[in-house]
Amino acid sequence: MSETKTLIQEYIALNGKSRNQLLPLLQNIVQHQNYLSEEAMTEVARAMGLSPADVYGTASFYSYLSTVPRGKYVIRLCRNISCMMKSQAEILSAVSAHLKIKVGETTSDKKFSLVQANCLGWCHKAPAMMINNEVFTELTAPKAIQIINEYQQK
Amino acid sequence: MESHELKRIDLIFSNYTTSKYKVLERTLQRDPDEIINELMDSGLKGRGNAGFPTGLKWKFARRNEAETHYVICNANESETGTFKDREILERVPRKVLSGMAICAYCTGARKGIIYLRQEYAYMMEHLQNELNIFHQHVKEFNFDFTVEIFLGSGSYVSGEESAMLDSIEGYRAEPRNKPPYPITKGLFDMPTVVNNVETFATAQVIFRIGAEEYSKLGTPLSPGSKLFTLSGDTPKPGIHELELGMTLQDFVKEFGDNNTKAVQVGGASGYCIPQKLFAETVIGFEGIPTGGSMILFNNSRSMYKVLHEYLRFFTEESCGLCTPCRIGTQQLLKGVEAVKKGERPVSYIDVLIKLALSMKSSAKCGLGQSVANPFISIIDNFKEEILY
Ligand SMILES: Cc1cc2nc3c(=O)[nH]c(=O)nc-3n(C[C@H](O)[C@H](O)[C@H](O)COP(=O)(O)O)c2cc1C
Ligand code: SF4
Repeated sequence: MSETKTLIQEYIALNGKSRNQLLPLLQNIVQHQNYLSEEAMTEVARAMGLSPADVYGTASFYSYLSTVPRGKYVIRLCRNISCMMKSQAEILSAVSAHLKIKVGETTSDKKFSLVQANCLGWCHKAPAMMINNEVFTELTAPKAIQIINEYQQK
Repeated sequence: MESHELKRIDLIFSNYTTSKYKVLERTLQRDPDEIINELMDSGLKGRGNAGFPTGLKWKFARRNEAETHYVICNANESETGTFKDREILERVPRKVLSGMAICAYCTGARKGIIYLRQEYAYMMEHLQNELNIFHQHVKEFNFDFTVEIFLGSGSYVSGEESAMLDSIEGYRAEPRNKPPYPITKGLFDMPTVVNNVETFATAQVIFRIGAEEYSKLGTPLSPGSKLFTLSGDTPKPGIHELELGMTLQDFVKEFGDNNTKAVQVGGASGYCIPQKLFAETVIGFEGIPTGGSMILFNNSRSMYKVLHEYLRFFTEESCGLCTPCRIGTQQLLKGVEAVKKGERPVSYIDVLIKLALSMKSSAKCGLGQSVANPFISIIDNFKEEILY
């Protein structure tokens, strides 16, 4: 059995396959595989008795349920007004130059993806960034690069 | 209006370390109708911005008989410039859980859900620990009520209460037609109370100090205090608990940088108030309400950039279900860009304002309806900056 299939069946064995399990299951797959592959969505559909279009349509609604490949670490830079006012653009260009990727792209070693996010809820300590679930605030460009370098070592 | 010194309030975050669910224990001994009456007497209105009287919401839900009821705590907190719910859940989660349990006791719910935005997943472990302690306590109080966390998947419109229900049920977070409202037909078609994090925490405060004491704060139309989250050009960014009903002038005197040209009250979906209107603008339900977001702009800021950023935000977060909002947000964004570049005449702005107004009356949910708030208030007050 493929890794994806096992992941899905284990989840369903534990939590059942009622419709309200769909989003937690998709979150679970993203946690393990960084994104939702076509294989994963088709398999979820089959296992839950839904159409693949329904699964894709639901997943694509939400920004965390990426249907395109993403790296192990997703860097989310807040782009809303309070961060904008605290030179978030400088951080974006520094990170982008450092990793040699543009917004929406993933490094060739599949380690980092760079995305811009709407308000992360740290406006008083702008500019803010998240790497997966970890929050970093009051950033400067050098500080952001240093944090990313630490992740590089992980 | 004469100016007043702003009084600092400390109800939400205070009186916590010794909290052993004493207020909850005491309140569960009382008659549900009496509890609801006290909440109505306090004048508490929803702290998630829509401002529906909380006591009335609980009363309606109580009246609707059904197999079961649900209580949902709205912790999607995605309005730009708002970060109070995060802080409440981190620092005083027991107040929120007490509020939810009292609501469950009054309405007949046995299950509660905290809809936590994905961006706050870092506090899952902390909240789960708190839930374990909470469940032990309610068991000791012989009250059958459990709360679980439902993690969002990243979407602003999921915070709209009916869209949130669809999201929990496993669908795209698209707002439902209303009526029926969630208090009649909510989660899995059962009567459901959806309240904001701060609303539940404030309810706990009210049951601790009493409605009479609480409603001494604020004004008759906006009783009590609330948390304000400040960001932008202010020397005092962060969370401040203040009485409702203050003027923006007093607010800016305390929190501005002596160079404030405008304040965005209520985030992207709120209103932009220019300096000339500070003295006459009251922050509260009788004036301009806010879920807490207060963003200060000083004279160095371009209001075109501010407007552009809000429109971009709405374009991205529109769920696309209804045409006025799906197309309208995009056309407003393209329209202001075209006028700025000189590709459209200045008079085109009036066409865009009409479009924004038609969205206000025809969009299906609060997202599309509120785009006109920042759009018109920024253009009305900073026309030159937008046009040229
Ligand atoms: C687009 C949109 C987003 C919303 N987001 C939130 C939110 O993140 N948190 C919240 O409490 N209310 C939010 N609301 C308001 C809810 O629909 C609802 O009115 C509120 O949760 C009720 O709780 P309250 O009465 O305690 O304020 C949002 C409304 C709209 C239209
Ligand atoms: S107003 Fe916008 S967000 Fe609301 S239902 Fe319509 S398209 Fe969706």
